[in-house]
Amino acid sequence: MPTQSDIQQAIQALSFNPYTVREDFPILSEIFQRGEKQVPLVYLDNAATTQKPRQVLDTILHYYHHENANVHRGIHTLAERATEKYENARKKVAEFIGAPSEKTIVFTRGTTEAINLVAGSWGRKFLKAGDVVLLSEMEHHSNIIPWQLLSQSIGIELRYIPVTEEGTLVLDQLPQLVDERVKLISVTHMSNVFGTINPVKEIVAFAHERDIPVLVDGAQSAPHMPVNVQELGCDFYAFSGHKMCGPTGIGALYATERWLEEMDPYHGGGEMIRSVWWDRATWNDIPHKFEAGTPNIAGAIAFGAAIDYLQRLGMDAIHQYEQALTRYALERLEDIPGFRIFGQAPERGGVISFYVGNIHPHDVAQFLDADGVAVRAGHHCAQPLMRKLGIPATARASFYFYNTPEEVDILVQSIRKLKEFFGDGF
Amino acid sequence: MAFDDLYQEIILDHYRNPHNFGEIQRSCTIVEEDNPTCGDQIKLSLWVDENKTIQDIKFSGQGCAISIASASIMTETVKGKTTNEAREIADTIITTMRGEGEPDVLDEYGDLIALKGVIQFPARVKCATLAWHALEEALQKAETGE
Repeated sequence: MPTQSDIQQAIQALSFNPYTVREDFPILSEIFQRGEKQVPLVYLDNAATTQKPRQVLDTILHYYHHENANVHRGIHTLAERATEKYENARKKVAEFIGAPSEKTIVFTRGTTEAINLVAGSWGRKFLKAGDVVLLSEMEHHSNIIPWQLLSQSIGIELRYIPVTEEGTLVLDQLPQLVDERVKLISVTHMSNVFGTINPVKEIVAFAHERDIPVLVDGAQSAPHMPVNVQELGCDFYAFSGHKMCGPTGIGALYATERWLEEMDPYHGGGEMIRSVWWDRATWNDIPHKFEAGTPNIAGAIAFGAAIDYLQRLGMDAIHQYEQALTRYALERLEDIPGFRIFGQAPERGGVISFYVGNIHPHDVAQFLDADGVAVRAGHHCAQPLMRKLGIPATARASFYFYNTPEEVDILVQSIRKLKEFFGDGF
Repeated sequence: MAFDDLYQEIILDHYRNPHNFGEIQRSCTIVEEDNPTCGDQIKLSLWVDENKTIQDIKFSGQGCAISIASASIMTETVKGKTTNEAREIADTIITTMRGEGEPDVLDEYGDLIALKGVIQFPARVKCATLAWHALEEALQKAETGE
C-alpha cells in the first residue's frame, strides 16, 4: 500500500504543490458548524462540478467592471475589448485540446448542449430513418437522450457497446455491432460512474476505416488529462468549463472544419447570419454560424482564464498527481470490510463509485456530510447502467488536483465510522 | 447536531428491524411506488375488510434508512384504523413533510414524531413520504376496486 511518505514523494516530484494551490480556491477553506464541532469542507464531488480559483473569479469581476459590452457588433472601445477577449478565449480552448484552428471551436452552454448541437445540426442533416447511432452502456444521459429524441423525430436506431462487470467496454463486439447502417459512434472518453478511461483513439481508428464519424464526450477527460483531438482523430469533442475550474453555463464543441461547414445551423438569431431577407437568410462563417444570440461572454472569458490556470499547473502533472491520489485512495478504501467499488478498469481516473455493505448511498452521503465530506449519491445520470448493475444508486467520491491525501484519510475514517453507525445496512 | 435530528434512535430501530415487512398472504390490494432519483422502491400490500378497517398492511422493497423507517412506522400507525382515518393521517404527514403544516402535529402520532427531523433536510423529504404516497394510492385502489 502506498504510504503517506510515498505520496509526499510523488508530490515533491510535481511541477505544482496541491497544498499551496488550495490557497487559490477561497471555498476550500469553508468550515461547517456541526453542533459544538467545526469541520472543514472536504470537497470530493469534482465529477459533478469543480471549485473555482480566485484567478477565474477575478476575471469575471474584471470583465464586468472594465470590459462589458456585446461582442461582434460595436465600434466603441468596450465592444472591441469584449470581442477581443471573447475570441482570445476561443483560441485558448482550441490550443488546450490541440484543435487545428479556433474556427473549429463553438462555444456552448456545456457538454450537454454540445452533444445536442451535433444531434440537431449534424444528425438531422446526415441521418435518416433506419440509420444507427452506436453509443455505449456507460454513457451519461446527455449522450443518450439527444439521440433518443432524434430517434423519435426521424426514426434512427440506437445500439450500445456493452460494458463488463469491471466497467470496461466490450470492444471485441465492435465488428458485430458495426454494420453498414451505423452512421455515427458517440462514446465517453472517461466514465463519470466507473472512472474508466476508454481507448477512444482505437475506437476512432476502427470507425474511420469504415468512414464512420466519432463523437467523444470529454466532460470527464478534458479537466483531468492532456487531450489532443487531432491525435485522437475524433470528428467531434464536447466538454464543459465548470468541470475544469471555469464557471457554469459555458463549454465547447470541437468539430472538424469539414463538418462545421456542411452542418446546418443549430439555433437561429443574431450573430449566426450573414444577410437576412424577409423570406431567407445566409449564414455567418464558422464557428459563428452556430452561436446565435448574445453568448455567455463573461463565461467564455473566464473559461479561458481557467485554461490558463490549468496550463500553468500542467495537464501532465495534474493527471500524474490524480493517478497517485486515486491509487492511494483505492488501496485504503478496499481495505474497509464490505467496501465495494464499481469500476475496476486498469485505465482509470479519479472517480470512485462505491457501496458500503448494504447501506443506501443516501445514508452514506448524509453521514459523510456530517463530517464535512461532500460526495455524490445517486444514479449519476446513468439510470440504464444502474439497472444493469442491479443497484439503485451509488455513492461517488471524485478528486481534483487540489485534493490531498489527508482529505482521503478523512473520507476513509468517516466511512469506517459509518459502518459502526449503520451496521451492514438493511 | 442536525445529523442526529435526522437519524434518531426511533428511525434507526425501525430501519434495523422494520415492522410489517413482507407481503400479505391472501388476496389484497397491491401497489408499487418508486422514487427514480434515489432508486427507492416500495411494494405495499393492504387488506381492508368490509367495514373499511385496515386489517393488515405490509411493505417490502429497498431504500435508505429514512424511507424504510418511514414505511415501517406508517404500517404501525395505520393498522387497525379505518380507511378514512388512514387517509387523513397520510394527508397530514405529507403536508407537514413538505413544510406546509405545523411540525408539532407529528407529536400526536407515536413514533411519527421521529420524522420531524427530516423536515430540515429538503433533499430527504421524498424518502420519508414515499411510503405515504404508496398508502394513498393503495387506499384509492382498494376503494375503487381497480
